[in-house]
Amino acid sequence: MALELDSITVRYGRTTAVSGVSLTVADGEVVALLGPSGCGKSTLLRTVAGLEKPSSGAVRWDAADLAGVPVHRREFGLVFQDGQLFPHRTVAGNVAFGLRMQKVEREARDKRVLSLLELVGLEGYADRRVTQLSGGEQQRVALARALAPSPRLLLLDEPLSALDRALREQLAVDLARLLREAATTALVVTHDHDEAFTLADRVAIMSRGRVVQVGPPAEVWSSPVDVETAKFLGCSKFVPGSFVGLDVERVGLRATALRVDPDGLLEGTVLERVHRRDHVRLLVEIGGEEYEAVGPVSVGDRVRLAIDLDGVARVG
Amino acid sequence: MLPLAFLALFFAWPVLAIINLGLREGGVLKALVEADTWELVGFTLGQALASTVVAVLAGMPLAFVLARCKIRGLGVVRAAVMVPFVLPTVVVGLAFRTFWPDGGVLPIVLANAFFNVAVVARTVGGLWAHTDRRAEDAARALGASRPRAFASVVLPALAPAIGSAAAVVFLFCATSFGVVLVLGGSRYRTLETEIYLRTVELFDLSGAAALSLLQFAAVLAVLVLGALARRRRETALALRGREELARRPSGGEWYVVGAAFAVVALLLLPVVGLITRSLSTRDGWSLAGYVALNTRGDRGTLAVTGIDAAVNSVRTAFDATLVALVVGVFSAVVLVGLRRSGARFAEVLDTALMLPLGVSAVTVGFGYLITMDALPGDFRTSPMLVPLAQALVVTPLIVRMVLPVLRAVDERLRQAAATLGASPARVWREVDLPLVGRSLAAAAGFGYVVALGEFGATSFLARPDAPTLPVVIARLMSRPGELNSQMAYAACALLMVVTVGCVLLIERLRVPSSGEF
Repeated sequence: MALELDSITVRYGRTTAVSGVSLTVADGEVVALLGPSGCGKSTLLRTVAGLEKPSSGAVRWDAADLAGVPVHRREFGLVFQDGQLFPHRTVAGNVAFGLRMQKVEREARDKRVLSLLELVGLEGYADRRVTQLSGGEQQRVALARALAPSPRLLLLDEPLSALDRALREQLAVDLARLLREAATTALVVTHDHDEAFTLADRVAIMSRGRVVQVGPPAEVWSSPVDVETAKFLGCSKFVPGSFVGLDVERVGLRATALRVDPDGLLEGTVLERVHRRDHVRLLVEIGGEEYEAVGPVSVGDRVRLAIDLDGVARVG
Repeated sequence: MLPLAFLALFFAWPVLAIINLGLREGGVLKALVEADTWELVGFTLGQALASTVVAVLAGMPLAFVLARCKIRGLGVVRAAVMVPFVLPTVVVGLAFRTFWPDGGVLPIVLANAFFNVAVVARTVGGLWAHTDRRAEDAARALGASRPRAFASVVLPALAPAIGSAAAVVFLFCATSFGVVLVLGGSRYRTLETEIYLRTVELFDLSGAAALSLLQFAAVLAVLVLGALARRRRETALALRGREELARRPSGGEWYVVGAAFAVVALLLLPVVGLITRSLSTRDGWSLAGYVALNTRGDRGTLAVTGIDAAVNSVRTAFDATLVALVVGVFSAVVLVGLRRSGARFAEVLDTALMLPLGVSAVTVGFGYLITMDALPGDFRTSPMLVPLAQALVVTPLIVRMVLPVLRAVDERLRQAAATLGASPARVWREVDLPLVGRSLAAAAGFGYVVALGEFGATSFLARPDAPTLPVVIARLMSRPGELNSQMAYAACALLMVVTVGCVLLIERLRVPSSGEF
């Protein structure tokens, strides 16, 4: 057991940002804290880093309480949403910073910097000014900088949120591979479930300062613990399990749960259609209720719809 | 706590001693019922108000040009605006005397305004350079004419800066000493010069203390107003970089640019006048004044030669700058730390540090005179006394210049360094220092020229055998003799050259939007 959070509560004055959160991150595991903005996930991350003091509860590493250990002695790397690179240093200067703090010999330091730049795909960038880099390059440098001193734990605070979409998806895949290859223990904060599922071995869903569900991505995706979580994970419609032929009380439907199919059992009228990136999303009226669905048809069409269980989540 | 201790010993104590002196001897009551006192107060405030109005009117076009225009010669404008602010008061007084040999109210008002145009141009320009131009564009798109857009969008956005600049200018003008002394003589007196005259010439200490008290109360009121204006300014605006906002002026804007250059020309006029005067005697052009700098003046007016005084000035100002840098930077770091943790105490300390800026230098000098005897050793005659008094005057300026830059350093940058293993001291050295280094150097240069020209407190405290250049200049002017006044003008020119040199250096070090002055 590497990182252990034991009923952490963080208060600012009268507001409670984090309330009684307990969570563990095993050695080599990547855990994502996933939740809407303002749910307390960043505060929790900052508490682990030592930048916030918990009002109660304990942060432990290998069973040792970190309450008395200041930020710079925790050996936890931190990557911010917008890099926060040192503007007065070059790319290499940034990456070498933590190594200099550890008093690593110059030769070993230079070697490590080069290998890290290669790892994040920025060979040849060592002498560039960080102000000349694009957003994606800056995030790569930030990652290399955090990894350079071989931290015991890597903390990532919305590491990809400031980037545009195409780059974000590409970097998420790269980052996931990188974390796996280096067997890094990491805690990632994000509000984007795609990102969380790409990166993490386990996902902890946070809502209003509490962790409401922890589990592997597939499990959390297919069985959200309550309606609110299901809505956050993309379910727009909630119906009894019998509606989709499942023996559960309630299920949540994502848009992809209903697909236009001539052999489908349901029948409805298309009210709206919107082009998305790789499919056409519909609003369909079935028996007086509105449902989201996907398929290549026109507004006003009478269509038959089949159920796709990949788009159905068991709730509760 | 170091800055507080410094403030307590070298500022609060002398000021409190004055308060005590004024109250104990009943001087306050006596002073308050004298019609003379109210005449003084009236003139002090009246001339300050007039000077403030002139300074704001002259400063606005400059602020516009500095903030919004992409034209050639901007560096010259910036330096030309800055020079008057750091010129020694005595020098400015003399410069205006070359145009109005008998002094008077008009030259007093103009000279005070001359000093403070820089405060308005810099403070307002600083904010203007970072206010989003798109609000103005939006107003124009909604059908507002250019003047209408200015009045309804730009002016309200700038109001806090104009307000706080006006407050500071008013403060400086109300406590202006050298200028009024040189141009007003004994005919036009403000509280400030009256305090000096009563102490030095009439030995009426309790009367002087009473007047100091009166002035202190006024200063405090203005400072509080200024702090309120500043607070609003820090919260309300979305700021952007200057580069994306500046562009070539067009149409009617050229009139504003013309006005700005007219102001610059007017600002340079006294400077040119002074140099001309230093070179011309009754018998035509001559370097007699400069040659005389190596003497003690006509019939031994001075205890030392002009060169000795110059060397002493340079050395004293260096010590003062060093002290002010240590105290100022320490205060700024503490203030940033406190503000970050949201302590209410931060604002109190912030305002306390500004107090010496407003409380007249004469009051400080006077306070030293009546308190420093009590300190162990022979402190009252110690050569450290003048640098310490000057440091007190310079420290607030340094805090004001360094603080905004320190505040602009993203807190997460420091946190990133900490997570990489840097201790708090190491974070300061690796992150803060490199980022504020340039503005720190600029602040040091700035503090140095202000210390070099400091006259109010120094005139009280400098020993006759170790005067500074401004003290020597005043002394020379107060004695008869063609050679003496010639020598005074030459010394002024010398001081001005050093000052201008420093300003040009500072301009090269300037970081965008580094502080308020």
